[in-house]
Amino acid sequence: MAINWFKYSSPASFYSLAGKMIPIFVFAAVALLGAGLYVGFFVAPTDFQQGEAYRIIFIHVPAAWMSMFLYVVMAFWAGIGLAFNTRLSSMFATAIAPTGAMFTFIALWTGALWGKPMWGTWWVWDARLTSELILFFLYIGFMSLQAAIDDPRRADKAGAIIALVGVVNVPIIYFSVQWWNTLHQGASVSVNQAPAMASTMLTGMLIMVFASWMYSIAVILKRTRVIILERESHTAWVAELHKNGAIR
Amino acid sequence: MFMWIIKRDLLLAVRRQADVLTTLFFFIIVVSLFPLSVGPEMNMLRTMAPGVVWVAALLASMLSLGRMFSNDYLDGTLEQMLLSPQSLSLLVLGKASAHWLVTGVPLVLMAPVLGIQYDLSGEALLVLTAALLLGTPVLSLIGAIGAALTLGLRGGGVLVSLLVLPLYIPVLIFGAGAVEANMSGMEFDAHLSLIGAFLLVSGVFAPWAAASALRVSLE
Amino acid sequence: MRYNQRSIPSIDKIMLQGINLACVRGDRELFRDVNFSLEAGGLMQVRGPNGSGKTSLLRMLCGLSNPAAGEIRWNGASIRALDGEYYGAMTYIGHLSGTKDDLTVIENLRISSALAGFDIGIDQAKEALGYIGLQGREGLPVKVLSQGQRRRVALARLLVCKTSLWILDEPLVALDVAAVKLIQELLEQHLREGGMVVMTTHQEIDITAISTTQLHLA
Repeated sequence: MAINWFKYSSPASFYSLAGKMIPIFVFAAVALLGAGLYVGFFVAPTDFQQGEAYRIIFIHVPAAWMSMFLYVVMAFWAGIGLAFNTRLSSMFATAIAPTGAMFTFIALWTGALWGKPMWGTWWVWDARLTSELILFFLYIGFMSLQAAIDDPRRADKAGAIIALVGVVNVPIIYFSVQWWNTLHQGASVSVNQAPAMASTMLTGMLIMVFASWMYSIAVILKRTRVIILERESHTAWVAELHKNGAIR
Repeated sequence: MFMWIIKRDLLLAVRRQADVLTTLFFFIIVVSLFPLSVGPEMNMLRTMAPGVVWVAALLASMLSLGRMFSNDYLDGTLEQMLLSPQSLSLLVLGKASAHWLVTGVPLVLMAPVLGIQYDLSGEALLVLTAALLLGTPVLSLIGAIGAALTLGLRGGGVLVSLLVLPLYIPVLIFGAGAVEANMSGMEFDAHLSLIGAFLLVSGVFAPWAAASALRVSLE
Repeated sequence: MRYNQRSIPSIDKIMLQGINLACVRGDRELFRDVNFSLEAGGLMQVRGPNGSGKTSLLRMLCGLSNPAAGEIRWNGASIRALDGEYYGAMTYIGHLSGTKDDLTVIENLRISSALAGFDIGIDQAKEALGYIGLQGREGLPVKVLSQGQRRRVALARLLVCKTSLWILDEPLVALDVAAVKLIQELLEQHLREGGMVVMTTHQEIDITAISTTQLHLA
């Protein structure tokens, strides 16, 4: 009766399963993105305090959320790979990192764009922006470490250790930055109190969050497939794919 | 066993004094560069001092991380340590302690002298020294993880900075924060207690993480 | 000449086993389905051309790396599970000498054996160094020694660490004729007393043992 999950933990069967799933997630991502942007830019009312500029939150907030979620998810899969020696979970972790880093970068970029009309400056040392910047450094560290190691097994394990150390440190860093920020209150403007939100604003934002999830899953599956091909290039089943012309 | 490792690394440091002095002089030079770059205005220097000294300490400690494992890796003694019947975590704790004694302690001793250059008050110098005394072992402990992970990699020196500098941030914030709090007439106990807590937590977990990293790197 | 310093703890049915071992380096499979078992007093010589995975096999046997498939057992239990207990019964001497250039010969021996769990005094260290032919050089830093002498410093560990399994990767490299003979005697004595030896060598050496296994890696 039980589904044999272990069947899909082998790279070969996961490869074909992921291939079938990607189009579904791509479709969902595009549809939700269209809907979310429409609600965000045409339906949601203009904010009486912030004017039209606030609309950047429809991108900024989902990106910031994703950047944090994905780091935890990445550390989770890397940890599973380290503990149970499952190759596929380590490949997931490697595949998640660039997407996470991209969302962190988008969050920083849109934060700066938002900051200009709100605070009159591109960058403020606000606790959230600063934490986001440090998170970006953590992603870069993970990716550079993996890139520097030639042996994929060592890269997986070393990446897992630094990701786990990072995930333990993220709350400590976040707390430290909060403390640091309250100590230097004068230097920045706090944006902790969210403006009262119209329900259409919330709807738009939630749709955008779902769109980001769908996009992330699609891209991560695609990237995992590429990593599988790269790592398994010497195996019989990849050779079979070549022969059938499934991959160039 | 723990003592054997410390004894061994201290003996090696004594035979290679140049390495220890290089780190110390790096620290002194970096701290001395700031007045030259921002001007000798004492009020400004005084507010900058805690941050400058801490950032320089961070960099100095980080630059010497390469020595923690890589020499042992190259001559095969690290391989032998991994095959020791004793706990590898304890051994890493020994190596991190030795690293702190060799690089951290000289920085702590030198810091008050550099603080005087920045016109810090006597009490502020004391707080700065206490904060460094508690904080620099944390740098060695966290650094051990980075050093173990980048063992034998090309560009390991630059890579280790990407890995460990973000992890140093909490120590930096509270270390420099303690001195600033003291200078603005506030309590600094909480800062020092938090650094102490970081020291305890990293003392327990970092050797363990670094030990697993060593096993991964030597496989 | 006999070296009487050491005696091995009581050995009943100590056994090293390799079961279906496989080794993969990068995309290449070096070997697969390697099986062997080694009992007290047994010598195993690992042979094969360069790049056949001799060193990889030895590193697996001492637990530095994991086999891609299969398992290594010590007295019936996986060496992964035994960890410290296994390391306490095994001495590995690899390509790297495992000595610090800046330390003296005697410091090197005392520290490396302390790390292996055998705290030895100065007298015992001197005696072992004398036996291995480093008399009068105890106080010299290792960096002034020749390759062969460094090798002797590493091999001196075998005299002071009372372990039953010796894993030796090319122990005879850089040694002169007299030293080779010394090592041969040492190995024979170890085997007679019920110890075990796994070794690789390119040199021809004739070691008498209760049982000798040749493991050929293609």
